[in-house]
Amino acid sequence: MTPTRKKRLMAVILILLGVGIASALILTAFEENILFYKSPSEVLAGDYPKARNFRIGGMVKKGSIVKSTTSLDVEFFVTDYAKDVKVQYTGLLPDLFRDDQGMIAIGQLDKEGLFQAEEILAKHDENYMPPEVAASLKDKKSYLEKGAQ
Amino acid sequence: MLAEIGQFTLAFSMVFSLILTIFPLYGYFTNNNKIMQTARPLAYMQLISILTSFLILVTLFITQDFSVAYVWQNSNSILPIRYRISATWGAHEGSMLLWLTIQAIWTGLVAFYSKSLSTDKIARVLSVLGIISLGFAAFVFFMSNPFLRTIPMPIDGNDLNPLLQDIGLILHPPILYMGYVGLSVPFAISIAALLGGNINENWIRWSRPWTNAAWASLTLGIVLGSWWAYYELGWGGWWFWDPVENASFLPWLAAVALIHVQAVSERRNAFRGWTVLLAIIAFSLSVLGTFLVRSGVLTSVHAFASDPSRGVFVLTLLAIYAGGAFFLYAIRANKLKSQGGFELSSRETLLLVNSIIFITVCFMVLLGTLFPLIFEAMGKKISVGPPYFGSMFFMMMVPMVIFLPFGVLYKWRKDELSRVIKLLFPVFISALIFTALCYWYFSGLNTKATLGVFAAFWVLLSGLSSIKKHSKLPRGLWGMQLAHFGVAVFLFGVSMTEHTDFEVDALMHPNEIKVVKGYSVEFKGVEKKQIENYNAFVGHFVVSQNGEQVASMNPQKRIYPRQGNPMTEAAIDAGFTRDLYISLGEQINDQGGWAVRVYIKPFIRWMWGGGILMMLGAFLASTDKRYFRYAKKLKQENINKYLEV
Repeated sequence: MTPTRKKRLMAVILILLGVGIASALILTAFEENILFYKSPSEVLAGDYPKARNFRIGGMVKKGSIVKSTTSLDVEFFVTDYAKDVKVQYTGLLPDLFRDDQGMIAIGQLDKEGLFQAEEILAKHDENYMPPEVAASLKDKKSYLEKGAQ
Repeated sequence: MLAEIGQFTLAFSMVFSLILTIFPLYGYFTNNNKIMQTARPLAYMQLISILTSFLILVTLFITQDFSVAYVWQNSNSILPIRYRISATWGAHEGSMLLWLTIQAIWTGLVAFYSKSLSTDKIARVLSVLGIISLGFAAFVFFMSNPFLRTIPMPIDGNDLNPLLQDIGLILHPPILYMGYVGLSVPFAISIAALLGGNINENWIRWSRPWTNAAWASLTLGIVLGSWWAYYELGWGGWWFWDPVENASFLPWLAAVALIHVQAVSERRNAFRGWTVLLAIIAFSLSVLGTFLVRSGVLTSVHAFASDPSRGVFVLTLLAIYAGGAFFLYAIRANKLKSQGGFELSSRETLLLVNSIIFITVCFMVLLGTLFPLIFEAMGKKISVGPPYFGSMFFMMMVPMVIFLPFGVLYKWRKDELSRVIKLLFPVFISALIFTALCYWYFSGLNTKATLGVFAAFWVLLSGLSSIKKHSKLPRGLWGMQLAHFGVAVFLFGVSMTEHTDFEVDALMHPNEIKVVKGYSVEFKGVEKKQIENYNAFVGHFVVSQNGEQVASMNPQKRIYPRQGNPMTEAAIDAGFTRDLYISLGEQINDQGGWAVRVYIKPFIRWMWGGGILMMLGAFLASTDKRYFRYAKKLKQENINKYLEV
């Protein structure tokens, strides 16, 4: 082989090696770190990943927030206006977490059907709604409207 | 009236961009020197008109003209003046105007500092920059015009998002954009070279300081953003692998690869095609980032109120710029022959490895960012958790760190591995010793943290040992060393912060003491206060260590009356070796009990310090005498050529 060819071959091998390692890493990393998003209706229908974290999103049901006065425990219902799921969380809540606002919680469903949240996200801007939440609410709303007709 | 003038100058600048796009290129293809010479004046005119527009928008904010919809939405009468100014770029429309202004500033700078380039070259470069300005000017003018009036005129404004009422917002966007947009300069140079069908070392030498300056700004912008998120969001996090953060990180990674490959293609006439391709990739990623941020297709903390039609517009721009550039590359790349030969065992190879590593990281981050979109197309909603990015980034940094000192010590063209290993052996041993000392001193370091600390010493000591051998380094090399020290400092900071930090959420009553990692944190209570344009609950904490008071901290819970939303303002006691971080949740009961979060963040400042060193290094390198010497020589040649004619 001429030196140029050798060099090219080496470059190709290096790139293939890089891509190969990268794909392997990506696949394993994705396997473990993909979080599915589920609406309360989906969760109650049993359509959610078991024994691993996922995200549940919707609105905080009006008047459902119960805060402990002796600890940082909080309970509330997340709703997509069709079904509700009870969420339990311990810790500091985001500033914009309140009644009738969009939120996303990350955690698992326990045996009693309570969502044990490790993390709660609320929006940072009052005009902003997480796209997944908006989409799942829209589905429900149009569904309900159709039902009403 | 003023708003209409602003609109007018905006339209004017768009026209100048259009002429700048067409004229000099036309001159180039018809070989008409006179027409090509219009490039510089057109670039200046474009800058003047867009700068006028921008200053007018700032003025509208200062004078609080609420008849302008954008001002009304993002300001109000009790907003302090410094935030009125920064509110100019606080939301989408103004932010895009800032982008456009900075684009024009770069174009103007290129026009001014390009005396060394021949007329046909500068005509092409400025024309390409003109195309970019044109696209974004049209975007601002038609899709996100900040000068539109609202009728009837509202009495008071809506207020700026409280999170944005902060020094961070004043600094972060302009500097980030300097970097983001600055990458259009190496892009334009590459496209101009492809148009001309040849790229020589002068082209690359000329584009290096620009690339370095843009990358340095991008680095500083990202550091500022990280610092801002850390103290402003109140969660103590400094990087969330949020799509918008990734959007700025992607071009940064590509530019790292570009900078290293440029070193080869300038010095050694190799990898010319790869250099051009990386320049194209880097700027395309900037535009892609803009698309991700502006279209709102991804969930993000930055989410500006989004509008799909804007997304489509930016996507079209991306298709035109990136698509056009890649097409041009495909048909012209064969002309960019690299002649320089080198051995496998050489600095060239190692710098190639660097670029491959960084492009791979870039690809992985891109994939993680876009993955939710791919899934959405299949009807599933997912998000990719930070651990994906974290573990992947860590794994890719391992080879990067191992090879870094080799790349610095290897000679161009051909070198012996045994020679370099002999040089690095003492470095390896001393890095091991220092790491062992750290391991013993900061008890409880885990494997990842220990590896990170070793990596930091490995990079730092190899740099020091190579400096020691040379009595006088040119600025370019000093810059490189400084940036690499930045890598070392960053690695150390990140390893310590990520693996030895401590967090506790607690319910605290007045005069209660919590002991957190050797610090006793005493809660004194909360009082209500009215400050500037907001009301606040101010918490009082006294932190002491070994019976001595270390800090008195006052985190706040703010309420901005206009929007009625609460906002957490953390109290941070910054230190060289650790930050104490306290934020206030909400009142839990009537006995004065509050939810409190306390963090201990060891060495977190080092991480940003590392970024700042990288930035300084890149700036230093871009002032290397070599660039100016050649610039001078080329200028003289051009003058001679002109005199001959």
